[in-house]
Order: sequence, then C-alpha cells, then structure tokens
Amino acid sequence: MLKISDLKVTVDGKAILNGLNLEVGPGEVHAIMGPNGSGKSTLANVIAGREGYEVTDGSVSFLENDLLEMAPEERAHEGVFLAFQYPVEIPGVANIALLKEGLNAARRHRGEKELDALDFLKLVREKLKLVEMKEEFLYRSVNEGFSGGEKKRNEIFQMAMLEPRLAVLDETDSGLDIDALKIVAGGVNALRSEDRSVILVTHYQRLLDYIVPDYVHVLAGGRIVRSGDKGLALDLEERGYGWIEAGDSATA
Amino acid sequence: MSAAESHAAPYIEAQQAQASALPAVGVAALDHSRSEALQLLGERGLPTQRDEDWKYTSIKAITRTRFTPAAPSVECSKEMVDASSIENLDSWRLVFADGFYQPEHSTLDGLPEGIRLAGLGEVLKTDPDSVTKHIGSAMGEMPHGFAAMNSAFVGDGALIEIAPGVELDKPIELVFLSGCSGEGFLSLPRNLITLGTGSRASVIERHLSCAEDRTLSNALTEIILEEDASLDYCCVQDQAERTFHVGGLFARVAGSARLKATTATVGRAWVRNDARVNLDAKGAAASLDGAYLAFGRCHVDNHTHISHNAPECTSRECYKGVLGDRGHAVFHGRIVVQPDAQKTDSEQSNQNLLLSADAEIDTKPQLEIYADDVKCAHGATVGQLDEAALFYLVSRGIEREAARRMLTQAFAAEVLETIEPAALQDYLSAKVSGQLSPAAPTEAAR
Repeated sequence: MLKISDLKVTVDGKAILNGLNLEVGPGEVHAIMGPNGSGKSTLANVIAGREGYEVTDGSVSFLENDLLEMAPEERAHEGVFLAFQYPVEIPGVANIALLKEGLNAARRHRGEKELDALDFLKLVREKLKLVEMKEEFLYRSVNEGFSGGEKKRNEIFQMAMLEPRLAVLDETDSGLDIDALKIVAGGVNALRSEDRSVILVTHYQRLLDYIVPDYVHVLAGGRIVRSGDKGLALDLEERGYGWIEAGDSATA
Repeated sequence: MSAAESHAAPYIEAQQAQASALPAVGVAALDHSRSEALQLLGERGLPTQRDEDWKYTSIKAITRTRFTPAAPSVECSKEMVDASSIENLDSWRLVFADGFYQPEHSTLDGLPEGIRLAGLGEVLKTDPDSVTKHIGSAMGEMPHGFAAMNSAFVGDGALIEIAPGVELDKPIELVFLSGCSGEGFLSLPRNLITLGTGSRASVIERHLSCAEDRTLSNALTEIILEEDASLDYCCVQDQAERTFHVGGLFARVAGSARLKATTATVGRAWVRNDARVNLDAKGAAASLDGAYLAFGRCHVDNHTHISHNAPECTSRECYKGVLGDRGHAVFHGRIVVQPDAQKTDSEQSNQNLLLSADAEIDTKPQLEIYADDVKCAHGATVGQLDEAALFYLVSRGIEREAARRMLTQAFAAEVLETIEPAALQDYLSAKVSGQLSPAAPTEAAR
C-alpha cells in the first residue's frame, strides 16, 4: 500500500526527517509514536502533500505510484486521507458542501457518476451515526465554533464519507476527553477493513487501548528507531521516551 | 478653460439643445433646479484626480468619448427584457431603456392601493407639483459634476411612492437596460423612492447592458423614508465591459425608520458609486452594505458617507470586495457623527480579498466624531485566500480551482446572505460564482 524509503525532509532549511523507512500493507494499522519534535506531524503532512515541506531525498510510493509527484487533491482521489491535528475553521463553507464537492471530485476521478442529492443524503445520514453527530452539523460552516471534540469527530466523519484506502490520523486523540475518544476510536474501528490501512500518529499510548495497532514504531530524531507490536507502546508508557532515545544514541 | 470644464462642455451644450423638450418645462421649481445644476456643472466641470474624492479614480476613459444623451423615443426588444428576468423572482417590474420608461414591457398587475409606481417623465408631465419638492431633497449638496449632470437633465426614471402604513408583499424591480440606442449613448435615469410613515417596501434596482457597446450610465436614486418606514433596497450593477456607470444613492431616514441598502457590483463595467445616507431623527437606522468584484481590468469605486444627525441612531456598514487579474477597487467610507448625535451606534468595515498580485485596492475608512457619548468602530482589511483553508479543502479531494471558488464565495457570502428575497440572493451568488469560474474571460485568457 505505502512504501517510504530513506525519506529526508527539511522545513525552512532545518532537517526534520533524516532517512525514514516505513512500509504499510493493506488492512494494517500502524502507530507512529515519539516525543514532541521527533517529526511525527511532518510525516503526516508530507504524506498528505502540504506545502512547506521540502523532500530532499528518498521516495514515497502509494499503490505503486510516486506519491510525491501528486498534488494533494490527486492524493485524496487516489485514497489518501489526513485527519488534521488542528482542523481548520472555514466560515461560509458548509460541511455538506465540502463533503459533496470532495466526494464527487473523487468519483469523477474514478470515472463514476456523481451521487445525486438523494443518494448523497442517505450516505451522509448513515455515516453521521458512526460518529454520533447530529444532522444540523452538516449545515454549519466547516469546524466554525466547533468544540475540540466536535472538530475531531468531524474529521472522522469526513473520513467515513470519503472512504480512503490510507488514513493518516495526526494526533486525533489530543485534546479529547474519554467519551469523545471512545466515539472517535469507534468510528475508526468501524472503518477498519482488509483493504484500508491506517497510520495513527500519537504522543500517548491511551488511544491504542481503543484502536489496537498491528505495529508500533517509535520516531526519534527524524528516523524510526524501534518497531514492534502493541507491546512496545506499553513499554513506552512505562519507561518513557528517554529510554528509547538513550538506547538510540548508545547504538549510534 | 480647465480640463474639468472642457470635459463638461459637450454635456452642457447637449442640455441646452434639448432643455425646451424636457418634461415639465415651465414648472418653476424644476426650471430652477435644472438651471442651477447646469450652472454647477459648468463651474465645477467633471471630476479630475486632483479632487480628493477622485484621487484613485480616473475618468480619462470616459472623456475620450463624447457621449450623446439617449432620446426619449428609444425602445428595447421583448427578447432583451425576457433575457433580463431573474428566475423565481415575483415582482412588480418597471423596465427602462437607456433611462426611459417602457410601459409596454413593465408589469404592474395587481398593484395594491396606496402605491404609485410610474415613469417619472409621465408624472412630470401630468402632475409635476406632486414630485418636484422631492427632487434633489435627499441629495442636498451635489457631490460632483456627474450628479449635477443628472440633475440638469432630470426627465425620466422611476417614481415609487408608498402611502403611510402600506406594506408591500412583493418587491418592486427596476430594470435599467443600457446600450439600447447603440454605441456612444448616455443614459441619465433619476429615481425617486418615498415611503410614508410606517410603510414597508422592498426595491431592487438593476443595471444591465443589452449590448457590448460603449455607453455611459449616470443613474441617481433618491430615497426618502418617513417615520417608522422600512425599506430594503438592493442595487445590482451587472453591466458589460465597455459600460461606464456612475451611480448615486442619496437617502434621508426619519425617526425610527430603517433603511437597508446593498449595492452588488458583479459585472465587468467601470463603476463609481456615491452613497450618502442622512440619519435625521432619533432612532433612525441604516445598513449600508456592498459586495463588489473587480476582475479583468475592472475599476470599482465606492464612496460612502453616513451622517448621524440626531441622537440614538444606528448605522452598520460592511463592504466586501474580491479583486483578481488587474482589477482595481477603491473604498472610501466616511461616517460623520454630528454634535447632537449622542448615543450613536456605528460600525463600519471594508474587507478585500486579493486573488492576484496585480490587483489593487485603495481603502480609506474614516470616522469624524463631534459628539462625546458614542459607540463607533471601523476598520479595513486586505488579504489573500487562507492557505490553510485551501489545503484543507484540496486534501479532501476538492479541485484547487473549485476550492478557491468556494473560499471566495464564502468571503462574499457575509454580504450576499443578508439580501432578500431568496431568488435575488441565489441570482447574485450565481453571478459571483460565474465570475470566479475559469470559464469567465480573464485578462490572462484574452
């Protein structure tokens, strides 16, 4: 599904990712953990195609295509989705308008017919239930005046609507209380399938109690310094990132 | 002779040539006001960029052509009129060709009692005394030579008179088609809207081109609201590229009366608007809003002036502009709070979205406060599309152009969303969207 090889990225001339390797197969859930400033969000943004990140070396292939050559909207059409750490408020653009335009653009790209109003509404209602959102949310401006929890639920709702093949969740758990976290996790779990992969970027182990990953990677200094199964997350919870970083510098 | 005076000379000559044929000649009040205006036009001439209020707006392109005032015999075709209708808009409709009333194309069926809706020219011929006292009364001091020109030629336009207590259940629509006479003609409509005590109405004034010809439209509307009256007024300026439009909106608002005036400039014409609102007695309220687009090489200038002349009046002003290509917009908003106008509540804002590096905005919000117990706020912003919002939309698969269009429409929506009825709002949203779509002719594509 996704293959990242020796990826090096700078932001404003500062090296953030220093030779990152990661392979994500279909249906797999990978957690990327690491201390602040380790490059977790950079990885998420580079996959989604945000400007301002300069790839100086390495490659990212997605379904055998060169992801880095694609515009963000093309990546979305091919099935890449980023749940933002800080979802943007867009006054004057209704949630429903964003979803309709995004969904139909992807359908056009795949050579499918655009959804008519009735089918679209049916789909919307079904997906709203998944994240326990009320229909009135559809007609509100994107994220405007939403609480932190509502914004994150809206991200998962959009993900459910767009049915990506690769979802990257950038600190979706940050700022959520336990109830909101359960709803968000429930939404993600409902979307897990054999042909959909998920990358969870998170600082805390807590999220992984609810979305159980197949693999856990620790990112430090712009590289993956350790990989393992969910047990690794528990070790981190117990011993902190200092343990990995110390080990890393010892071997370097 | 100065440039200003020499530019006015052809119009003075034209007025003198046809003065005897203007309606209501011999009615003293009108004879007097026309000749006074003519004299003023001679003295002041047409504005130049040396005038502070015209610093950023050059009329050179206008003075290159000697425009001929259209003749009252001008006609327009049924096709032109049909093409101008707004889908789902149910209205009483007055149609004007180059400023002259076209009764055969107008729809006044089922007009309730207490409303006079007519061509001003007809009324000047049959019952001049009923209107002459109002002509010029809302304007007060003439702001510039174009207003003087219009006043010197007063001959036709729309007359809307609502009796006290009458409430209209559908809007009155004034459709001004320019270019009906062909290349190089000038239209000079003069509109008068008076609302009696406690009455309520909605008026839509639309300016359209029916040809690509070079034309000058010098349109002036006066609004007089008696106590407790309420008027929703929307001026839609949607003319073609070679049209020059000088618009004047002058309103007097009496105690507890309410005016909501919106100007939507959504075409490709060269536009200069002067709006002046006088809040004359306690509790008067006005919203003066505008939405303007300036693409291609368009020039759109809005000069507004709200005067708080009495205590406890409220004014809200919001002008929003979207500029692309080599578009140029000017905003000058003046709010004057007179010494007696205690407890004034006034807010003004001008916001501009620049979609290209070659677009230009000159904005000047201005507050003059001579009272001490007031609440006033004003401000202006100039910015580009929010990159974070743009990335958010494209990351959801929305094509970049569509995303830009969505954000731009969202920007204009703040003004457009307040416009009623819904049919008009939909029409304007579609106009804005049409101008923003890649299919619209842009400077780069030409």
